[in-house]
Amino acid sequence: MGAKSPDQAGRGARAWQLLLLVPFVGTLWVPFYDSLEPHIGGVPYFYWYQFLWIGIGAVITAVVYFATRQPEP
Amino acid sequence: MNDVDGVALAVFVALFALVTVLGFVAARWRKADLDQLAEWGLGGRRFGTMVTWFLLGGDLYTAYTFIAVPALVYGAGALGFFAMPYTVITYPFVFVVMPRMWSVAHKHGYITAADFVRGRFGSSHLALAVALTGILATMPYIALQLVGIQVVLGAMGIRGDLPLVIAFVILAAYTYQSGLRAPALIAVVKDAIIYVTVIAAVIVIPLKLGGYGAVFDAVPPKKLLLAPEQMSAYSTLALGSALALFLYPHSMTGVLSSSGRAVIKRNTAMLPAYSLLLGLIALLGYMAIAAKVGSSPAYADGFGRYGANFAVPALFLDAFPSWFVGFAFAAIAIGALVPAAIMSIAAANLFTRNIYREFFRPECTGKEEATVAKVVSLVVKFGALVFIVAMKKEYAIAMQLLGGVWILQTFPAIVVGLYTRWLHWRALLAGWAVGMTVGTWMAWTLSFKAPVFALHLGATVVPGYAAVWALIANLVVAVVGSAALNAAGMARGRDATATADYGE
Repeated sequence: MGAKSPDQAGRGARAWQLLLLVPFVGTLWVPFYDSLEPHIGGVPYFYWYQFLWIGIGAVITAVVYFATRQPEP
Repeated sequence: MNDVDGVALAVFVALFALVTVLGFVAARWRKADLDQLAEWGLGGRRFGTMVTWFLLGGDLYTAYTFIAVPALVYGAGALGFFAMPYTVITYPFVFVVMPRMWSVAHKHGYITAADFVRGRFGSSHLALAVALTGILATMPYIALQLVGIQVVLGAMGIRGDLPLVIAFVILAAYTYQSGLRAPALIAVVKDAIIYVTVIAAVIVIPLKLGGYGAVFDAVPPKKLLLAPEQMSAYSTLALGSALALFLYPHSMTGVLSSSGRAVIKRNTAMLPAYSLLLGLIALLGYMAIAAKVGSSPAYADGFGRYGANFAVPALFLDAFPSWFVGFAFAAIAIGALVPAAIMSIAAANLFTRNIYREFFRPECTGKEEATVAKVVSLVVKFGALVFIVAMKKEYAIAMQLLGGVWILQTFPAIVVGLYTRWLHWRALLAGWAVGMTVGTWMAWTLSFKAPVFALHLGATVVPGYAAVWALIANLVVAVVGSAALNAAGMARGRDATATADYGE
């Protein structure tokens, strides 16, 4: 990768950080998941959906971390 | 039920003794001058990724959480699951905001959030408001950790306040001596046994009950989903709690004790492991319904004393052999000690830095600062103990509920303050006062028993978390007030920080 100016790096980091809004949308809009069907392994949708978001949230944060990582001073 | 279970008690006491030794040994860990507040109260800002993970995990996911979340699910059903979206969204928020706090605190030697507010807005009064809010919100939270210990002691057949007093005196002694190093070291053990307990519980108990399908089938269908009028309550509870979590002094202490920005960011991707644990623990509430512990005569006494908070202990007693009951209960009790220690340290830091030094002894030395903080940490814990022993635990629960509403009112000064100082400190102070008043009034109309206030907007009624409504009022006052003060040309305080100090 070529060297980026601090300004470019800052703009790029902010763009990546927009990804962090996705978990807010996925979990705060309750009508997305307030339903029993489909069940998975006997677990209603309402529950496994929210468990799934724990994983998705962690992956998104990890992606943003690696994408915006800068050498520590 | 009224007999003391010898095997369970022996395992419990042995584990408790182990962490007591660790608490005292911690003073020698990464040896430094514990007569300096940054060493005693922040562990020297040297904790790396793993220690911070254990520390924050032990700090945020408290014993009371492990008792109260499944208790809420047991009683109220789906609504109790707001803890899941809450912990999903709190980390992306922390990822963006808290590294800025770490950088500016590191640069200027800030130990508390109120230190930052003092530096940023040049107002000791706004800092005082932030510090008092933090202390007020933390005290009942410590008291509730005691409730967690009380419930498991009671479940082992131990009555009376003496064992609780002994546990807290031990805790107070090693916190005094070792500072933040003690809970950091103990958190490693605590988390290990919590993980073992929960993993065992979520495998063994459903097997006994006929699988997860059978567990969900045993729950009344109405409890499994949110009613339409509960949806806005659910999401505002999640949002308000997520924004408030890291404003609590004990979370801030955890953040500031880490060794760098990257440590905080890495942790936001790793801490969801605890959220997974919390989600599984919440399901224990349904398992307690499926196991019908509530109608078993063996546990009637426990439910009579502790209400729904007895659901998880009853479930464990029902499902596990004695030795593992002792192990699991030790996990909960030790799970209370870690946050109680960090909370008392955080409250002590606030008192020392933003009240004692600011208003009484501006010239005090580092050693004097550390000594005052150590003594205050004792006073805070003693206060919490008196709270629980002398008063009804309902008061502590009501106060903790209020504490959540109050702590969110520091959001504009702390979080918005990390990005801009356009807001005027007088307007922030006015917004804080309005937010505190509105939030307290809403909680009062609900008899301090529920956090969800139905807001009437013309013909529509929106039930939502009182803390969020209060924050909106707070922000409106802060913004309108700042615009007015700026237009009037009112002077601001001096900003001790520079843009580069925030590290981006």
